[in-house]
Amino acid sequence: MTPRPFRLALTSLKRDWRSGELGLIAVAVVIAVTSLTSVGFFTDRIRKATERQATELLAADLVLESHSPIPDSLRRRARVDGLETTATLHFNSVVVHGDALQMAEAKAVEAGYPERGRLRTAPELFGRESATGDIPQPGTAWAAPRLLQSLGIHVGDRIGLGKIQLTVTRVLTYEPDRGGDLFNIAPRLLLNLADVPATGLILPGSRIRYSLLLAGSAAKIAAFRREFEQESHDNIRIEGIRDARPELKRALDRSEQFLGLAALVSIALAGLAVAMAAQRYARRHFDHCAIMRCLGAEQALITRIYVYQLCLLALASSLAGCGLGYLAQQGLAALAAGMAGGPLPPPSLTPLASGVIAGLVTVLGFALPQLWRLRHVSPLRVLRRELTPVPAGGAVTVALAVVALALLTPWQSGHTGLTAWVFAGILATLVLLALGARLLIRTINSLRFRTGGALRFGLANIARRAGLSTAQILGIGLGAMVMLLLTLVRTDLLDTWRGRLPPDAPNYFLINIQPSQVDALRDFLHQRAGVGTVLHPMVRGRLTDINGKAVDPDSYEGRARHLAARDFNLSWARTLQADNRIVAGKWWDGGDNGATRFSVEQGIADTLHLKLGDTLTFTVAGRKVSGRIANLRFVDWDSFNVNFFVIANPGTLEGFPTTYISSFHLSESQKPLLTDLIRRFPSVTVIDVDAILTQVRHIMDQVTRAIEFVFGFTALAGIVVLIAALQTTHDERSREAAVLSALGASRRQILGGLSAEFACLGLLTGILAAFAATAVEALLSHYVFRMDVTVDPLVWLIAPLVCTAVIVAAGLLGTRSVLRTPPLTVLRRI
Amino acid sequence: MQSEQLVKQVDGPGGRLTILNDINLALHAGESLAVLGVSGSGKSTLLGLLAGLDVASSGRVLLDGQDLGRLDEDGRARLRSRRVGFVFQTFQLLPGLTALENVMLPLELAGGADPAGEAEARLRDVGLADRMQHYPGQLSGGEQQRVAIARAFAGGPKILFADEPTGNLDQKTAGQIIELIFRLNRERGTTLILVTHDPEIARHCDRTVTLAGGEIVES
Repeated sequence: MTPRPFRLALTSLKRDWRSGELGLIAVAVVIAVTSLTSVGFFTDRIRKATERQATELLAADLVLESHSPIPDSLRRRARVDGLETTATLHFNSVVVHGDALQMAEAKAVEAGYPERGRLRTAPELFGRESATGDIPQPGTAWAAPRLLQSLGIHVGDRIGLGKIQLTVTRVLTYEPDRGGDLFNIAPRLLLNLADVPATGLILPGSRIRYSLLLAGSAAKIAAFRREFEQESHDNIRIEGIRDARPELKRALDRSEQFLGLAALVSIALAGLAVAMAAQRYARRHFDHCAIMRCLGAEQALITRIYVYQLCLLALASSLAGCGLGYLAQQGLAALAAGMAGGPLPPPSLTPLASGVIAGLVTVLGFALPQLWRLRHVSPLRVLRRELTPVPAGGAVTVALAVVALALLTPWQSGHTGLTAWVFAGILATLVLLALGARLLIRTINSLRFRTGGALRFGLANIARRAGLSTAQILGIGLGAMVMLLLTLVRTDLLDTWRGRLPPDAPNYFLINIQPSQVDALRDFLHQRAGVGTVLHPMVRGRLTDINGKAVDPDSYEGRARHLAARDFNLSWARTLQADNRIVAGKWWDGGDNGATRFSVEQGIADTLHLKLGDTLTFTVAGRKVSGRIANLRFVDWDSFNVNFFVIANPGTLEGFPTTYISSFHLSESQKPLLTDLIRRFPSVTVIDVDAILTQVRHIMDQVTRAIEFVFGFTALAGIVVLIAALQTTHDERSREAAVLSALGASRRQILGGLSAEFACLGLLTGILAAFAATAVEALLSHYVFRMDVTVDPLVWLIAPLVCTAVIVAAGLLGTRSVLRTPPLTVLRRI
Repeated sequence: MQSEQLVKQVDGPGGRLTILNDINLALHAGESLAVLGVSGSGKSTLLGLLAGLDVASSGRVLLDGQDLGRLDEDGRARLRSRRVGFVFQTFQLLPGLTALENVMLPLELAGGADPAGEAEARLRDVGLADRMQHYPGQLSGGEQQRVAIARAFAGGPKILFADEPTGNLDQKTAGQIIELIFRLNRERGTTLILVTHDPEIARHCDRTVTLAGGEIVES
């Protein structure tokens, strides 16, 4: 009968579990899988929520759009297919109140609008807004704040639209499918679809956009879309959620990537702990394997028993990790409440599979090289105990670990570069730490002859076990480095990030300021609100030529096409704005001899393929202005300050029709000032970005908390690394203590020696960890966060002190049982 | 069991060292042989070679008709699993396993039908029916060696190797253990090779060879 390795593995697993030998590996795997699955579950929920949000951005699940009426047959079919439908109609028209005229974007809607998301309105200008399920009744309209401001009207006033008069009953503050650019579109007027025929504005040749909004289950929507796309509807455009808001998706992808990388760091640390624990486990199983070999176990059987055992352990620990990960993501979701604009949908079960695979890969990748040694245990060891198999090859161990980590980065698709950098970073840190550790060990070894007593004993121990000491310093040092990044450096980074949006970040923009109003407005804001504002001149111009070649919007794709087709807001400035940074070329110093120079924002330069030295020609008020690009600028768009894509040098654009723009911060109690401001400067338009600002701050806070939460697992993994690293030399240290005790050393002397050894180890680790943390932080702030961060010099004091204290405490705690047990018992046990 | 011109040499810092030289032995089924000698005479090395735990530098060992030198490591392991039992001076029990589990181990490795049942029977044979669930650390030296003997006879080996089986025991217990080994050996008709430095124990065997400096000086 053949041996049954699986059953043997199961029995062996039970026995080893009982004896506590596998506990550390299991704990490390549980932490790694918990970290990975909590991030997996969480990002899955965020992704679902984003999709739901995207439907709000369309106000539907699917939208059909056309410049001619959408056939009733399509609407009927959608209804038959079980979809909700509602029609809307868009057109631009002048709205009249007394002598005042204003171009508005009118949208006529019927009951049921919006299918997804909700409208928000306020009872008066700058009043408290609330969500509503209503639409304007026939004969009434809801107007955007800018329309009320520009016409100088209030809620309750009557306005003219075509041939009819409508009463403004509410201020429209939000519509889910608004989109577009705050500064460049006409203000919205929302009216009832039933009023449209009477306006007399729907004439042949009028530019009207008809939309049919559809909503229903994903399957029904997909079926309708499939059927629609198979037919020929040349003049009807279809837009679904996957076509909406790509920039939101990109932002979420990026946060997913960062959270994923944070999880990867905990997996790498957990892997390190697994490798160290497995090394000790293997050493303690040499005798076991020798006896099994002696009793007739073949090499293949030994391998299979341990591989099955590892897989079973990994499976059980991974399942436990998945369970904990599910619970942990609930916490994560609670921390990030509101980040996705409402309660998060429940997660799918996909992360469970990746969690189990990750657990298996971590264990096999990090523990297998150590356990592979067991197949090479000689049966002769039963007679000659000194026979030990050769240690696992360093290159093989590292290669397997790297392969394991590479397999564990499913999010790397499309971000291969970043993942490769992370790996390179981890490897470089390991190599540098190893070299540093070796150098320090050599240094302290030469110092040991100048010391005496316990210190000498401790130093001698570290030097004698140079290999194991290096491994310990590496393990603990890497863990400590991550912890340092978490505690000291993370605070620096996150504070700097949040500092970009200080509490007094501008929450209001003023546009359409006439040159004659500049001084008076500045004085008004200074005297009434106590704010000193900068007013930036603004001239509108269209980019018509690049290097003498006419710009054809159709030759560009996507965003570039949009930019090429619209007017730019141009400005001029003598000095560089504080939140801008030159990334190429030079800011002008007045030595241009009257030649026109442009400063272009880096992002738009990339989009339109513009280079330093290119000649741009703008058409401003019918005249052409040409000049070379003198420099490219980095603009921090998150700052909420006024910024421009293109700035000219002084003396170039003066004389063209100019308005001014400004931004400033008003506290909640100062808001009533705005009414006075509008009364005093009726042509100036106020744009309220307070709500957006609050939302952005909210998201920043939540992302910060989510990152801290995920890094909590990294900290736990770091602790496991510490325990595993100390355990690698525990047996040897116990035996030495027992021998010393048998030779008559007092408990105090043994403790002194051990303390000295742990203290030196801690000091070396602390110094290296501080060095590594400072270097990694500098790289992160420069290349990832693009911020100037000064690392707290306290790192250099705190890291060695804390590492020494923790390692001495943990080390002595681990060895204390040895000191209490009679030496013979210890020697017999080991 | 037969050995022909068996030589074992190792390379050390002072050059090549001959541990065993020209060992010729032949042992029939059911026979018992004592290998006597002082420490360092090569007794344990000889046992390792005869049991297929180690490979000779030259010469050959035939065990149950099979040339051990022609088998690879796994082949020798398979042979041990089916035909060989061991008793060691240091017992070599696995500390994490109970007495019963220790005895079950070779049966499980050989894929036996009822490892637990047979292991229980073997433990009863050695008088440890009430100690089955004890761990080695909870047993006396004599009891641990009994467990080792139960393990050695589990699976019905054809040949039993005993390396100083009483070396770690007091005189009284040693006597009981020797008595047990020889009783079971007789009952099962096992071939026995017993390594010892004690001529008293050697007298229990059918034949004795004495090793000195790696060579047989008396047989």
